[in-house]
Amino acid sequence: MAAGKEIRNKIKSVQNTKKITKAMEMVAASKMRRAQERMRAARPYSERIRRLAANLSQANVTDYRHPYLVQRSPLRRVGLILITTDKGLCGGLNTNLLRMALTSMREWETQGVTDIRVCCVGAKGLGFVQRMGGKVVSQLTQIGDTPHLEKLIGPVKVLIDAFQAGELDAVYLAYTRFVNTMKQEPSVEQLLPLSGDRLGTPEGMWDYVYEPDPQVVIDELLLRYVEALIYQAVAENMASEQSARMVAMKAATDNAGNVIKELQLVYNKARQAAITKEISEIVGGAAAIAG
Amino acid sequence: MAMTVHVDVVSAEEQIFSGLAEFVVLPGESGELGVLPGHTPLLTRIRPGAVRIKVPQQQAEELIFVAGGMLEVQPNLVTVLADTAIRGHDLDEAKALEAKREAEEAMRNQDTKIDYAKAQAELAEAIAQLAAIQKLRKRGH
Repeated sequence: MAAGKEIRNKIKSVQNTKKITKAMEMVAASKMRRAQERMRAARPYSERIRRLAANLSQANVTDYRHPYLVQRSPLRRVGLILITTDKGLCGGLNTNLLRMALTSMREWETQGVTDIRVCCVGAKGLGFVQRMGGKVVSQLTQIGDTPHLEKLIGPVKVLIDAFQAGELDAVYLAYTRFVNTMKQEPSVEQLLPLSGDRLGTPEGMWDYVYEPDPQVVIDELLLRYVEALIYQAVAENMASEQSARMVAMKAATDNAGNVIKELQLVYNKARQAAITKEISEIVGGAAAIAG
Repeated sequence: MAMTVHVDVVSAEEQIFSGLAEFVVLPGESGELGVLPGHTPLLTRIRPGAVRIKVPQQQAEELIFVAGGMLEVQPNLVTVLADTAIRGHDLDEAKALEAKREAEEAMRNQDTKIDYAKAQAELAEAIAQLAAIQKLRKRGH
């Protein structure tokens, strides 16, 4: 019964793994609910500010066109805000996003982009960009379970400032969009300059009184709009992370269960074979003595 | 019934207040601002301070503290886009610098990490070589 002990040990180890994945699944499930709530809580703000920005983008005040609203060409220098998770064990979430980001980067390079600067939110993306030798200009890791706009401002400002100063022609945002618990989609979209279809059509023209003056108010508002978009992306990425982890851990738990079943079967067979062998030996021995 | 105006106070992280009000007082960029229903369209910054909302059929006013933000007024709608953090040009600048510095540091640390991994690989190779030599010696004797 030498094999028996080995199989028993293996079963024990898989059982322990199963316990851990089960626990992680449950933790992810409860975190997922909270992450989704946070994502929804951020919607009213981004919806309102989007409407306001749409109104403003159409309103012609003192011929002032904000740099965020002017499309630039040709595309030579690009900024990328790469939002990934800090921790692993969430299925192909980061891999899919990073693959997509890489494809976009290659595409930009063929279009003549010579300089790509990356702002990494999340440790996984940071590690990836560093490994492939990308240029990381700012980073934010250890975000925890609640995204705070306050922490995001700094890292993101590095890219926004570069855009405003004309050092970048466009800024893109890469994150995993939350569709539902079972489905998350990687997406790379243009953040700056703000595209018209993203803002939507303005509903009614308001002839605002600006205080202290239009330029200051529009600057502030568009900056907040951009930050709200980034915050929304981070919140969605977090909801995606927890959902993906929950699904991945559920799959791992199920797989562990199957492995245990199979191993149990092998163990039982081995045990039965050993018993049969022993009996036949005894019977054989007894027959030899009797004969 | 008194005239009312719809008031929304939202921040990037949550919806703080949504409902009808008879009167709203806000800390505007250039002084306290009182908004009644039918106010002229206005767009302005607000400073850190208290937003007071007089809700109909309620004695006490709703009191909300905001860390600054933007205010949009339409004749029948008041929207306060509250900041979740105290903002300031210098403050934002400092945060950006901090983030940049961290990125540079991570780049430097990455070198040391690579060195570590390389050293580890070399060590493993050396150990394997030693083991092989020892085996050969045993066979030889």
